[in-house]
Amino acid sequence: MSTTSRESSSAGRYGKVGQVLNELDDRLGVAKGGRTFLDKIFPDHWSFMLGEIALYSFMVLMLTGVFLTLYYVPSQTVVTYNGSYLPLFGQKMSEAYASTVNLSFAVRGGLLMRQMHHWAADIFAGAIVVHMARIFFTGAFRKPRELNWTIGTTLLILAIANGFLGYSLPDDLVSGTGIRIMYSIILSVPVVGTYVAFFLFGGNFPGTDILARFFILHVLVIPLIILGLVGAHLFLLVRQKHTQFPGPGRTENNVVGSPMFPVFMAKTTGFLMFVTGVIALLGAFAQINPIWQFGPYFASRISYAVQPDWYMGFLDGALRIFPAWEFTGFGHTIPLEVTIPAVIFPGILFTAIFAWPAIERRYTGDNALHNLLDRPHNRPKRTAAGVAVTMLLTMLFIASSTDVIANYFKISLNTVLWAMRVLVIVIPLLSYPLAYRIAKEMQGVSGIGKRKVTNVVVRTDEGEYVATPAPTYVDDAHHELDPVPVPTFIDGALDEVAGEPDTLETTPGVRRVER
Amino acid sequence: MSDHDQHTPVSLRGVSADDPHMQPAARRPGVVEGWIGVLFLVGIILLVLFAVAFVMNLAPWTLGATLGGGAVSLGAGLIAWGKYLMPRGPFVEERHPLANSEADRDAFAAAIVERGGGIIQRRKFLGGLLGTGMGVFGVVSLFPLVRSLGPMPKGTLFHTDWTTGSYLVDITGRRVNVTDLAVGSITTVYPEGFQNTDNGQAVDQTVLIRISNENFTTMKGRETWAPQGYVAYSKLCTHLGCPVGLYEQQLQLLVCPCHQSMFNVANGALPNFGPAPRPLPQLPLMVDSQGYLQSQSDYKEPVGPGFWERS
Repeated sequence: MSTTSRESSSAGRYGKVGQVLNELDDRLGVAKGGRTFLDKIFPDHWSFMLGEIALYSFMVLMLTGVFLTLYYVPSQTVVTYNGSYLPLFGQKMSEAYASTVNLSFAVRGGLLMRQMHHWAADIFAGAIVVHMARIFFTGAFRKPRELNWTIGTTLLILAIANGFLGYSLPDDLVSGTGIRIMYSIILSVPVVGTYVAFFLFGGNFPGTDILARFFILHVLVIPLIILGLVGAHLFLLVRQKHTQFPGPGRTENNVVGSPMFPVFMAKTTGFLMFVTGVIALLGAFAQINPIWQFGPYFASRISYAVQPDWYMGFLDGALRIFPAWEFTGFGHTIPLEVTIPAVIFPGILFTAIFAWPAIERRYTGDNALHNLLDRPHNRPKRTAAGVAVTMLLTMLFIASSTDVIANYFKISLNTVLWAMRVLVIVIPLLSYPLAYRIAKEMQGVSGIGKRKVTNVVVRTDEGEYVATPAPTYVDDAHHELDPVPVPTFIDGALDEVAGEPDTLETTPGVRRVER
Repeated sequence: MSDHDQHTPVSLRGVSADDPHMQPAARRPGVVEGWIGVLFLVGIILLVLFAVAFVMNLAPWTLGATLGGGAVSLGAGLIAWGKYLMPRGPFVEERHPLANSEADRDAFAAAIVERGGGIIQRRKFLGGLLGTGMGVFGVVSLFPLVRSLGPMPKGTLFHTDWTTGSYLVDITGRRVNVTDLAVGSITTVYPEGFQNTDNGQAVDQTVLIRISNENFTTMKGRETWAPQGYVAYSKLCTHLGCPVGLYEQQLQLLVCPCHQSMFNVANGALPNFGPAPRPLPQLPLMVDSQGYLQSQSDYKEPVGPGFWERS
């Protein structure tokens, strides 16, 4: 082979960096794929950064989480608190709670890290949901990307599950109540519920094992699965390339935007810093989960206005407004007032989300590959269905604070409860035809989503009015440009860069990006 | 150029430096560059201040403000750099079909179906055994994983630690006397000896309410259960097991703060609002010769939320 005789250690024309790259290429063969990767095109549309928020808040979660594990003790052993927070001094509490209070007050930077961790978890789940909505409403889940839709939905479920587990770890009065509710929800599953609950908790509630088990699930098992799935998610994204909105020069067979290096890399690294910074600012200024105010958990104590983190809100709301329809008979009890809202409903919801690409494919008979995105108004039924489900979940979320609403607005709790029972059904039913109608109307409007072309009206000296179109807005002119393949970006090096002759294609000097 | 005649230039010679694709998005790049410089400087200063605040152990908000402000500044500057000063494109990348040729697909399928399937079909018996073995392995490997996790439920959920003659004690272990509570007041009690146990706290917890001065009947058949107006109900909500910790004295309602179920204390704790399906089980009480409250027996039904085995 000719390659064996190549003198790879020679400096070449790119100096030290080039030498390192050559050494790498000798061993790993990274040059060609590396160049292709650096030339990878990322669409410029803002909605493509929603997933990045999720990714970067997950990175913040991992970093702050490692910090927290150094100080948190997953133990339910009862100890007497003698730390620096005086209101709790001398009180009995679990070691887990005491260690969480300690890492908040006695460890330098501990409170900031804990608050950042909690905020990052809420933002992680939120960014996934918003990202998912973008994917749904623009049809980005269609063939060939159904698998990535499935992975993404799994990631949402894991984010919610791990959020709940992490929320439970401090063992404060509010989170302990949350665990009690979760235990009862598991109990409500017919036939196997009791066994699942006993095996999961190591016996009847509360048992002595649960925090240690939640801990290892929260810091190892689930994050590991999330990490693996995030890797798969990104691998599929690179392999299948981005979708893009239709526009000038954009076809099913190309991707238009900015290259990985340096433009996207600059923006996304900046965005990583930005997301991290925003989470740090939230951690600094927006108090979240002040467990020292709730007090330690004891199974016979309870607090008022107990609410879970936002991503569990729809379940809590469903539990509040569902009627007391317990089924008893044949020597068995099925607590349907728990099973339906907290087990069957989320089961149906997530099954429908998982199955949506297949459902839509069957319904439309569309088995083609899609790389250009839909405008939501061009798919009125899908859009309306998405809006209806969003409204249903929003109503359930609002229903999770019936008591707070009743107190705040000084109305009877009974009124609020019945209002929510009605709204949960009526609002989605109304929003479907409404969203459908709006989408249909939008289809009839020409030039929708585009900037209106302004006219400059000039009055001449004679008093005559003359209207002339204003010059095209700079950014619009930019969007009308024909996209070109990625150049090297090095003006001075144009003459020096060399490559294989067979990469030369129609335009002289253009390096076509090969897959 | 003549030095490299044997090479073909890779770079985009068709796009010159003044090509609109290579122009920055900023109309006045110099101004933007200045602002980015300011952002970077502010970022560096704030991050240094973070170090200072950390070393001096200042209040947590100063740590977050300097760290967050610094990161946001650096991030915003870098985003602006990428967005306004780098070549704006648009650039394009061709998308090639991922699907392979018919021949490649057939070859792949043939390898699995003919090579693999053929081998198994020739030894159907072995294949069946292997499948069975793998299945058995999968099932038995779950045994230690699942079965060791916890005890079988058995009768656990049907009983509490209350027995005939259990004294009612408060959280400190002090017995409750009939003279202790004024009419309308409420306390949480446990069977004596269990007030500090997990099970006592989580399962046996009972609310004791004095709703009258005389013997009280909450329901037919419970005539002797509430001596001198002391009624006792399980504190576990029948909805999801939260402690029913709020007592609305005027209406004689026990309220669960979790999902707002309400139980009518004077009427056998029948739920009259919210998602709870069943009344709170009532604990039959009696008074010993010195006036201390005792339970007549355990609860007559399982306490807490519903489950499959409950009849």
